[in-house]
Amino acid sequence: MTTSKASESAASSSAGAAGRPRLVSRRNARRSRSASVRRRRRSSSIVLLLGLLATGVMWTVLAPGGNATETPDANEAVRQGRALFAQGCATCHGLNAQGSSEGPSLIGVGAAAVDFQMSTGRMPLAAPAAQADRKDPLYSETQIDQVEAYIQSLGGGPEDPDLTDADLNDADLAEGGELFLANCAQCHQAAGAGAPLTYGKFAPSLSQATADQVVEAMRTGPESMPVFGPGQINEEEAVAVAAYVRHLQDAPAPGGASIGKYGPVPEGLVAIVIGLGALLGVCLWIGARQKL
Amino acid sequence: MTTASAPVPKFQKRPTPARKVNRAIDDRFGTQGAIRRNFNKVFPDHWSFLIGEIALYSFMILLLTGIYLTLFFDPSNVEIIYNGSYVPLKGVEMSRAYASTLDISFDTRAGLVFRQIHHWAALVFVASIIAHMMRVFFTGAFRKPREVNWLIGIVLLMLALVEGFAGYSLPDDLLSGTGLRIAASIAQSIPVIGTWTSFLVFNGEFPGENFIPRLYVVHILLVPGILLALIGAHLGILWHQKHTDFPGPGKTEHNVVGHRVFPVFAVKSGGFFMLTFAVLALLGGLAQINPIWTFGPYDPAKVSSASQPDWYIGFLDGSTRLMPPWEFRGLGHTIPAVLWPTAVLPGVLFTLAALYPFLEAKFTGDKASHNLLQRPREAPTRTAIGAMSLSFYLVLFISGGNDIIAHTFSISLNAMTWAGRIGLIVVPPIAYVVTKRLCISLNERDAEIAHHGIETGIIRQLANGEFVEDHRPKPPPVSDYPQVPTDRIPLPAGAADGAHGKGLAHRAGKAVGGFFTEETEKPAGDAPVGGGSKH
Ligand code: HEC
Ligand code: HEC
Ligand code: HEM
Repeated sequence: MTTSKASESAASSSAGAAGRPRLVSRRNARRSRSASVRRRRRSSSIVLLLGLLATGVMWTVLAPGGNATETPDANEAVRQGRALFAQGCATCHGLNAQGSSEGPSLIGVGAAAVDFQMSTGRMPLAAPAAQADRKDPLYSETQIDQVEAYIQSLGGGPEDPDLTDADLNDADLAEGGELFLANCAQCHQAAGAGAPLTYGKFAPSLSQATADQVVEAMRTGPESMPVFGPGQINEEEAVAVAAYVRHLQDAPAPGGASIGKYGPVPEGLVAIVIGLGALLGVCLWIGARQKL
Repeated sequence: MTTASAPVPKFQKRPTPARKVNRAIDDRFGTQGAIRRNFNKVFPDHWSFLIGEIALYSFMILLLTGIYLTLFFDPSNVEIIYNGSYVPLKGVEMSRAYASTLDISFDTRAGLVFRQIHHWAALVFVASIIAHMMRVFFTGAFRKPREVNWLIGIVLLMLALVEGFAGYSLPDDLLSGTGLRIAASIAQSIPVIGTWTSFLVFNGEFPGENFIPRLYVVHILLVPGILLALIGAHLGILWHQKHTDFPGPGKTEHNVVGHRVFPVFAVKSGGFFMLTFAVLALLGGLAQINPIWTFGPYDPAKVSSASQPDWYIGFLDGSTRLMPPWEFRGLGHTIPAVLWPTAVLPGVLFTLAALYPFLEAKFTGDKASHNLLQRPREAPTRTAIGAMSLSFYLVLFISGGNDIIAHTFSISLNAMTWAGRIGLIVVPPIAYVVTKRLCISLNERDAEIAHHGIETGIIRQLANGEFVEDHRPKPPPVSDYPQVPTDRIPLPAGAADGAHGKGLAHRAGKAVGGFFTEETEKPAGDAPVGGGSKH
């Protein structure tokens, strides 16, 4: 988030720089032209200074939240991350994450991709297959953060979203649902139950994905999943989608046992095996020949 | 004292009100005779004859629950903004049909459970029709004079599929819309008249204007009306022709042995209706079905993976999935691949099924009337044809859910598709050969028992060194009706079952055994006592 927040703060300070002269000029409108020009020049340089100051302050305030390459802590994280990477990932991704024949380059994939791949246990890849499966993560959260810091230090990229419960509760579920049905259901199925793609690839069930992983998956597009960038699904909408996925996972089924979530196929199975089965049992019972 | 005492007033029972009403009606319409005749009808009892009743009762439950739903459903394409109590759809634009289905599910008393019972009943209805049809087929009940009932049955089956599909399409959710869109493209694929047909059905280009009201009329009036009339005809013919029965003690081509309609059969049937309702209500109350709120309102731009039709249309979905994308061009027309698996295939299948009684009569030369059924093994070729058709259907049916099977069992979808294509060609002939062999060897075993008695497992060595097995003579015949002279012979399994309990499982086992118990017919003239009804 740092990159976008930093640019936001830059934007707000430049807006300030543009906004203040207007105020000043209105206040001095009745003064003589030369004086006003002189004053305006002086005031605009003050504004510029203030703006720069504000940017600096905001930078130092915001920066520790994420990519704090400047602070000793962050440096430590990067160093640890590099060490972990060299141990567990470099065989495939290259010593400097530049990529190899075994795995793609990770420069510029961002912390989001690392967090997604490592927290879903996909990385480190155990063995080449049609597609990496979700597994229990091999690394602790701190270790994942360290590798994230390392990869982020290499070439930036989408950041870890770090959603809170409050973010999700505030999100617009209906909007999330519409976006989910329009963008995700064609692969993951309307209830997020998952479905196969071609040749052994598949869109996995979303029953285990955390909200962070949902946003990370959208931003980084793992394997055959397309990238949904901020241009397509903005920040707020992405949170709404994550909230909707959480709703699909947690919401109780109002109609009783939710049999498989796929609709007609498990329903047909239940109707034939349990429904018709029970009624044939009744036939046997009623139709049993009694020995008098 | 007078000698002539007044005669003692004779006590006379006052007729009950019911009796009075009955007499009043009889005086005017002469109904008593007909009631007596019909109440005295005899219905044979074999468990497999009750399968048709499952279809009948689930149809009645469909009508009852359906009437409740019509009170709240709003068959309209008009778009509105949803503002009901299902939060994740609040503020979403949808048709009134979809919104009212949500309202039935969330804001109507008992709406959801009625919806669910209705849907489960529909699935079980079609399943029981097919089970019933299999019973009729494998026992040869369709033979002369019952071909007309077989034909009516085929029409009933087709109408049941149409009715179910119409119902599935009504709520206007994402699955409904996807299904209808496929239906529209099937209609369009018909050469020459396709586009015209599709426009006629949908009232314009798909999704059409005001299509839901049309569909609604089809679903609640047209098809159920025809179904009701045809079921009436089906049962009327059955009543008139009388039910078939398996050969057995005292049973001939010219009588029916069993229970009178009143009271035994009527009580059993009433109980059966209750139990059918109970099973469907349990399903409707405990298992969620068609959660339209997760699929969302229909929007032509959206589609969910793993979109399936209800199971009874699944075989057509399967045939579409297996069909290679072969397009035929020529004579100024394009015939898309979808035509063959979805229009031509079911056409051929239903035509063959409808013609089967006539084809069989032609090829076997058997033009006689039959009131006694055959056990499946007694007609090996028919049974084998049935098994072959069933396996063909099953391959299509399984392929209809191949994506979900592939996903659930981590198989490649492409592998599933190819397995289906090859299976469709290879499995039916295997089923034919295996079934026919099985029937023939079962017949041989029966003949063996009839001639040599039952194997005892006791091996004796004769003085000359030869080994022989002891055979026990057939046990004495048993009868369901002690009044009826009998020569039914229980098979070894039946004879040895003194060890089993007398529980439900035991009785069920015995009942299934009815299909497989060797029964020989006594020469006609053995008039059944008790429940016999002469033609
Ligand atoms: C056995 C080889 C192998 C190992 C070990 C391995 N990876 Fe990977 N990694 C791959 C391959 C192959 C891909 C590309 C296919 C995929 O996404 O599954 C990949 C993809 C990734 C991606 C996604 C790249 C993108 O474009 O979004 C990330 C992030 C990643 N790996 C991180 C790691 C980290 C961190 C480790 C160490 C904990 C690791 N990998 C260990 C083989 C490996
Ligand atoms: C083209 C099909 C496709 C679409 C569209 C798609 N995905 Fe995916 N998605 C995939 C595939 C394939 C994977 C598995 C990637 C892997 O294993 O590396 C996946 C994985 C995921 C995961 C990780 C699941 C887990 O438990 O590990 C999440 C979360 C996810 N997708 C969310 C979404 C969301 C949200 C959308 C819509 C904005 C979406 N996907 C759209 C194909 C798709
Ligand atoms: C709406 C669907 C149907 C209903 C409600 C229905 C109902 C019944 C009932 C209650 C019986 C008497 C009991 C029995 O033999 O099981 C019967 C008999 C019969 N049915 Fe159906 N049926 C339906 C569909 C079919 C179908 C699809 C076929 C075959 C294609 C069929 C063919 C027959 C025949 C031939 C009989 C006479 C059986 C005999 O006398 O042995 N029916 N039906």
